[in-house]
Amino acid sequence: MITDFFSATVLIGILASGIRLATPYLYASIGETFGQRSGVLNLGVEGQMLMGAFTAFYITLRTGNVWLGLLAAIGVGALMGLAMAFVSIHLRAVQGISGIGFYLFGLGMSDLLFQKLMGEVKTVSGFGAIEIPFLSSLPVVGEIFFRQNLLVYLAFLLVPVAWFVLNKTTLGLKIRAVGENPQAADTLGVSVAGIRYLTVTMGGVFSAIGGASLSIANLNVFQQNMTSGLGFIAVALVYFGGWKPFGVLFGALLFSMVNSLQLWMQILNVPIPSDFAVMMPYVLTIIVLVLTVGRVRGPSALTKPFIREG
Amino acid sequence: MSDVQSISFERQRIEHLELKNITKRFPGVLANAHVDFDVRAGEVHALLGENGAGKSTLMKILYGLYHPDEGEIFINGSPVRIASPNDAINLGIGMIHQHFMLVDSLTVAENIALGLPSSRGLLTDLDVVSARTEMLAKKYGLLVDPGAYIWQLAVGQRQRVEILKALYRGADLLILDEPTAVLTPQEVDEFMETIRQMTEEKHSIIFISHKLHEVIAISQRVTVLRNGRRVDSCPTAGCTKHDLARMMVGQEIVMPKLTTPPKRGEVRLELKNVHAQSDRETPALRGVDLQIFSGEIVGLAGVSGNGQAELAQVVTGLRPATQGQVLIEGRDMTGKLPGEIIRCGLAYIPEERMRDGMVQDFNISENIILRDHNKDPYAKRGFLLHRVIAEFTDRLIDLFHIKTPSRETPARNLSGGNIQKVVLARELSRQPRIIVAAQPSRGLDIGATEYVHNSLLEQREKGAAILLISEDLDEILALSDRVAVVYEGRIMGILDNKDAERERVGLLMAGVHPD
Ligand SMILES: Nc1ncnc2c1ncn2[C@@H]1O[C@H](COP(=O)(O)OP(=O)(O)OP(=O)(O)O)[C@@H](O)[C@H]1O
Ligand SMILES: [Mg+2]
Repeated sequence: MITDFFSATVLIGILASGIRLATPYLYASIGETFGQRSGVLNLGVEGQMLMGAFTAFYITLRTGNVWLGLLAAIGVGALMGLAMAFVSIHLRAVQGISGIGFYLFGLGMSDLLFQKLMGEVKTVSGFGAIEIPFLSSLPVVGEIFFRQNLLVYLAFLLVPVAWFVLNKTTLGLKIRAVGENPQAADTLGVSVAGIRYLTVTMGGVFSAIGGASLSIANLNVFQQNMTSGLGFIAVALVYFGGWKPFGVLFGALLFSMVNSLQLWMQILNVPIPSDFAVMMPYVLTIIVLVLTVGRVRGPSALTKPFIREG
Repeated sequence: MSDVQSISFERQRIEHLELKNITKRFPGVLANAHVDFDVRAGEVHALLGENGAGKSTLMKILYGLYHPDEGEIFINGSPVRIASPNDAINLGIGMIHQHFMLVDSLTVAENIALGLPSSRGLLTDLDVVSARTEMLAKKYGLLVDPGAYIWQLAVGQRQRVEILKALYRGADLLILDEPTAVLTPQEVDEFMETIRQMTEEKHSIIFISHKLHEVIAISQRVTVLRNGRRVDSCPTAGCTKHDLARMMVGQEIVMPKLTTPPKRGEVRLELKNVHAQSDRETPALRGVDLQIFSGEIVGLAGVSGNGQAELAQVVTGLRPATQGQVLIEGRDMTGKLPGEIIRCGLAYIPEERMRDGMVQDFNISENIILRDHNKDPYAKRGFLLHRVIAEFTDRLIDLFHIKTPSRETPARNLSGGNIQKVVLARELSRQPRIIVAAQPSRGLDIGATEYVHNSLLEQREKGAAILLISEDLDEILALSDRVAVVYEGRIMGILDNKDAERERVGLLMAGVHPD
């Protein structure tokens, strides 16, 4: 058994599924990175992911079209992001608390809709694997990286794109300024509320796509609370990654690889209590956060509502 | 240069700007009452007034940050609507705020480019911005490295970035809200030169300052506000400092001076060969020896950035000494926590009062008891005694003339000078045994400055040992029993009050020993 575990096929399997498992983290964390860089902490990621996962699944189930499913998830994510933006920017609610509210809403709502509309666990045929010509036939590498579904490829593409937007565009400059010193940005005519609405809505969209990547690409089922804390880890990954897209990528891969490892250990019946194996990614979250606390400074205006009196 | 000009927007130049009948109310405060104000191209119009008179409010209205309850703004005779800073920028108005409006984690070029359309569409064009910034900088003598991060810059350089930001946007009219408060005398001279150059190019300038000699040196007209109302406007030529002071306060002000010899007691504060590093991890203090006795004021003179800030922080426990000792009443307090040092009876008026002196979101009462909130008479068995706190706060508001609608007003709603008075009131009312006062009159009007100086002298009479750190040589010479001059982290010399002539101190500040 133990020897099986170290065979090449198993190692390749672990790495390939690790890559796939990183997908939902990446979408959610990159979305959250934008929000936090502009000064808004959205703790409702998990709820947005669940709603995205359900919507994508249900629409795909009904129409048989994964693209419609994805589009619907994007719509729902945008709405939830907009609501979070309204509450935290317009109404200036305490962000940590309102985020928890949105999490609970998403958790309950996705479950309710699931009970009412479906009632039992079903499967759909989601985004299939796309073999990249030539690359996918490379030994080892091909199997790990280039036989994934579309949403996996897009998630990894999102990282350099996010980096580029944040660091090389005028929008990115505004986002960074608004998250550090909204007063200063305001005096230069930058709309603090406008930028924050944009990033938080975008965050909602990406979280929902992250959810959809579970329900119509990686697993092709929907179950109640199927994200089981993944959205919260995604928020932690933003801190871990130092609010930088490539840092987030590193964190997401670390977690997904550990997750993949523990899944394979269960599949292969490695003699470790399964509870312990399941705990691994969460324990890792805590260890990593403890180790990274205070290493990099976050955006100065994070969680602070902006008010211009007068 | 045509490159630089092409950035300005399609619009007519501001030849004459008028604010008419401006009224602005805040809860419990009438900040501006029917104020008229105007400025012409090529002119410097100074705006004077005590702390809380309404100067910044009026200027924020002109810049679109506040909306007036009444009144109108005219440019070249036609009414304009300024609903946001964007409108102001598009009309050619730029503002240098009383407190810096810069994003510390971004570079100079990024701060300048922020919010502007880019020549590359969606992508930033920082290289273009840097090149144009350098051209403007050369033209106006505002040298600064466009690639440097703001947090790396000294205050004087930050001020230049603020001006460049406005000029880059093609501002015809510049509002300068206490731009010189944080500058060293040398920097002020350079700054005045920049202003002269801008007026030669037909920029209009509104200049706010509490330093009357600056107003006299640079402006053509003066307008004085008192309690939100315009008291008077007149040409500057022919006005003396006394005239202006009288217009502002309504009475004569005589700045206090040392009159009695010190009643020197024991050594209260002693520094022995103290070394420390700056934020940038370069040596800031290189072996400072200094003794301050009970009952005397020692003035620490020096060009800013020669270690004054670090010295104050080492004494108060906010910065570690890498070598040497700090003794308070003979006890070694090196490396002790600020809390322990405070308990030895040390009062500290920090230079960056907005950042280090108070909690912006706390109200005045809360800021007043910040240090002693857990002690008699403000608290008993862990409960705050609100009646005592309220009475005490009211007394200080009265004594220090803190202008505020109530003791419950959050600190951030106070005018710049009044925020500082809150810190002063708290520190000086604690019956301190040692006082470290860094730039205590910065940003204060003359009435308040007089009060602070008198308070320091009173504390000296009561036997406190006082370290007065200031870049204002007049302040140092008027109040110090002994003047210590710091240069590159070392004490260049210590002069007795009677020997401390301006020239001698000036030479020491430049690092030259007169003999
Ligand atoms: N945002 C605000 N909310 C409530 N009150 C305010 C606000 N801004 C200013 N005030 C009040 O308006 C009055 C005028 O303040 P302002 O800042 O214009 O004074 P100032 O003349 O600039 O004084 P200083 O010399 O101290 O800077 C003060 O009493 C202040 O407390
Ligand atoms: Mg002011």
